[in-house]
Amino acid sequence: MLKRVVFLVLAALFLASCAPAAPSTPGQPSPAAQQPRYGGELVFAVDAEPPSLDAHRETTFAVIIPLAPFYSTLLKFDQYNYPKVVGDLAESWTVSSDGLVYEFKLRDGVKFHDGTPLTSRDVVATYNKIIFPPQGVISARKALYSAVESIEAPDSRTVRFRLKHPSASMLANFASGWNWIYKADIIEKDPRWYEKNVLGTGAFKFVEYVPGSHVVGKKNEDYFIKGRPYLDGFRAVFMTDRSAMVAALRSGQILINFRSVTPQERDDLVRALGNQVVVEESPWVCSQIVVLNNEKKPFDNPKVRQALTLAIDRWNGGQYLSQFTFLKYVGALMRPGSPFAMPESELEKIPGFWRDINKSREEAKRLLREAGVPEGFSFTLKNRNIEPYPSLGVFIIDQWRQVGLQVEHQLLETGPWTQDLRTGNFEAMLYFNCDFMDDPDLQLLGFLSPERSPVNYARYRDPVLDSLYDQQSRELDPEKRKQLVWQFERRAVGEMAYQLPALWWNRIVVRWAKVQGWRITPSHYINQDLVDVWLAQ
Amino acid sequence: MQTDLFQERALRRVARRQNIVVRFIRRYPLGAMGATVLLIFAFAAVFADQLAPYDPVANNFAVMFRPPGPQYLLGTDNFGRDVLSRIIFGSRTALLVAFTSSFVGATLGALLGVVSAYFGGRVDDLIQRVTDIILAFPLIILALAMVAALGTGTLNVIIAITIPMIPRVSRVIRASALALREMPFVEAARAIGASDVRIIFQHLLPNVVAPYLVMLTAFLGQAILLEASLSFLGLGVAEPTPAWGLMLRGAATQFAERAPWLALAPGIAISLAVFAFNLLGDALRDALDPRLRV
Repeated sequence: MLKRVVFLVLAALFLASCAPAAPSTPGQPSPAAQQPRYGGELVFAVDAEPPSLDAHRETTFAVIIPLAPFYSTLLKFDQYNYPKVVGDLAESWTVSSDGLVYEFKLRDGVKFHDGTPLTSRDVVATYNKIIFPPQGVISARKALYSAVESIEAPDSRTVRFRLKHPSASMLANFASGWNWIYKADIIEKDPRWYEKNVLGTGAFKFVEYVPGSHVVGKKNEDYFIKGRPYLDGFRAVFMTDRSAMVAALRSGQILINFRSVTPQERDDLVRALGNQVVVEESPWVCSQIVVLNNEKKPFDNPKVRQALTLAIDRWNGGQYLSQFTFLKYVGALMRPGSPFAMPESELEKIPGFWRDINKSREEAKRLLREAGVPEGFSFTLKNRNIEPYPSLGVFIIDQWRQVGLQVEHQLLETGPWTQDLRTGNFEAMLYFNCDFMDDPDLQLLGFLSPERSPVNYARYRDPVLDSLYDQQSRELDPEKRKQLVWQFERRAVGEMAYQLPALWWNRIVVRWAKVQGWRITPSHYINQDLVDVWLAQ
Repeated sequence: MQTDLFQERALRRVARRQNIVVRFIRRYPLGAMGATVLLIFAFAAVFADQLAPYDPVANNFAVMFRPPGPQYLLGTDNFGRDVLSRIIFGSRTALLVAFTSSFVGATLGALLGVVSAYFGGRVDDLIQRVTDIILAFPLIILALAMVAALGTGTLNVIIAITIPMIPRVSRVIRASALALREMPFVEAARAIGASDVRIIFQHLLPNVVAPYLVMLTAFLGQAILLEASLSFLGLGVAEPTPAWGLMLRGAATQFAERAPWLALAPGIAISLAVFAFNLLGDALRDALDPRLRV
């Protein structure tokens, strides 16, 4: 330890003396004029290990980022025009005028990596696994497709989905980066085969997965888009140590980290590499929320919950925390600036989002007095031990302290943290809400009653919210749907304050300028198939 | 008349103690230096509320990343918290964990060592084999395993540091107690019918105080290092609690280029405390071991 401390001190002094006086400007992407070039291996970092290889059951980027290049989806998001949906395996599609039938025509000549042709039977088997999983098979996003009544394959290239009722977000749901198309024969034989194996129709063929080290893929010469992919292959390297990841990015051993870097890491890289790297930033469909266990006292009291949300100065917090974490934007349940998000003028009316923090804290103290805890109370905030969770925890604890609450901060590894969250073994917990696109069906899901949503960790039941959710989900007029979403938000985080939105994330991707054909999107769960990516000289 | 006699005796006692302190300083100046540093840390820990210029946990984003200067002597961190105030309050965490775990560990270890030596036979075998097993693991590995099993937090860190210390003290104390067991005064106590408990507590334990004290001071330094190591690895106390190891973690490494003072201050505090304990421990060992008195 002593050696480590001495090393750290010396390193800090050395680095401080080496730092240039003025930071250079971030490099600008310049893909337009260049002609894509074939060849090369893209090496990139992944911050975590996949728990299994099956995207249908998992919810972490650690599955999507290294494995998506091996698979295709029915539709996908256009990286240059998010949230526009384009075909992937689907060549064309139609939606019936009543919104109850979706029909997809599949591309011709698509082959799995074992050489067998893809047919509509494979798509049906895949979506049956996702929407109607057999006993013992986990499907993380099953609830999103609850409107689907049946899936049919009228011929080998046509897939038809019949819905029980119209669903505003259904088409975009078919572009989910999680819905990799698997092979029907395998699913029928063993629906859990894909947890440990890889076989898709993607632009890259699977070579090897070495747990704790890397995933390697090589170019699929039979890929269904002629002339793609450009790369000969890729190597996804698992790097959980952030300083090692930044050092590797700095030295060029890895060329990109698709998830995000922190503002500090961005600045360090730009200072060191100048125009050799390109920085892209985007508001992220990821937010941090405080989950209050509504089954435990005093969090069963709405006045206490409201006091807790009123005590947090989100506007200043976002401004300052964004200087050293990727927490940045203030918003309720929809990503700020996204189509269904409340404008600031509306948001500011919700308790907890008032601009005047002094007034807000006075109100918080008044509510605590009314709730019978005028001197405040003590509780534990359980938190995950990876950034930006601890930083946000420190900030929120300090905010609560200012209205008289004494909060102990307990940091946990991801495993125990998830376990406590699922079993309700907590008073307050910091959690995340990340999705593959901006859609109220996705972002509001965690606020439904537990019977409807397995991800309502705050453990309350509210039929009013359930009803509002259904109404907005079936509403096809965007304006009317928006009003319903706002009504939902006002109740969930304002009047009842069941769970407290903290801050929304800002995605920062630093890539070497020679990595071309990739554009940042608001989600790290999409645009990872590497079909268009190429390496400049 | 009698009162005068008592006063005179009391005065003599004080003078004798002063003489011991003066003699210790003269004979062991380095040890005295270590003791002085530790006294300063102890003073800072006890009077942290009065000494710290700012609240050590209050965020103040208006002054984030201020370099050392007249207003903030050791600068501020990414939350705008005063580093000096966090160092002062951090001494409280460091000393609380170090003293508690070292005292409990050394005391239990001494007791086990004496029991093992006194009873011998199967009791000794059992205690020594368990000791062998625990001693097979490096201190930090054992502490890491304990925290992984118990969870983080101040109390668990204390337990995680205490348990690996017990067998180490026990082994040393047993060696001293083995010799004592054969001494005539122990035989005499047995002859007059003193119970085992009485012999252990009244005759053996008081006579192993010298190695006990040496082990205690040696472990104080190690405990500070262990606490800092665990906190540095994210397994010790959690933010926003001010703790030196925790201050070295996260922000200090993340902002090594932008704000090097974040690593310097806690690094120096840890080094200084460990160094001071080692100096004092060495001096105490020399002072208490008659074989080293030349």
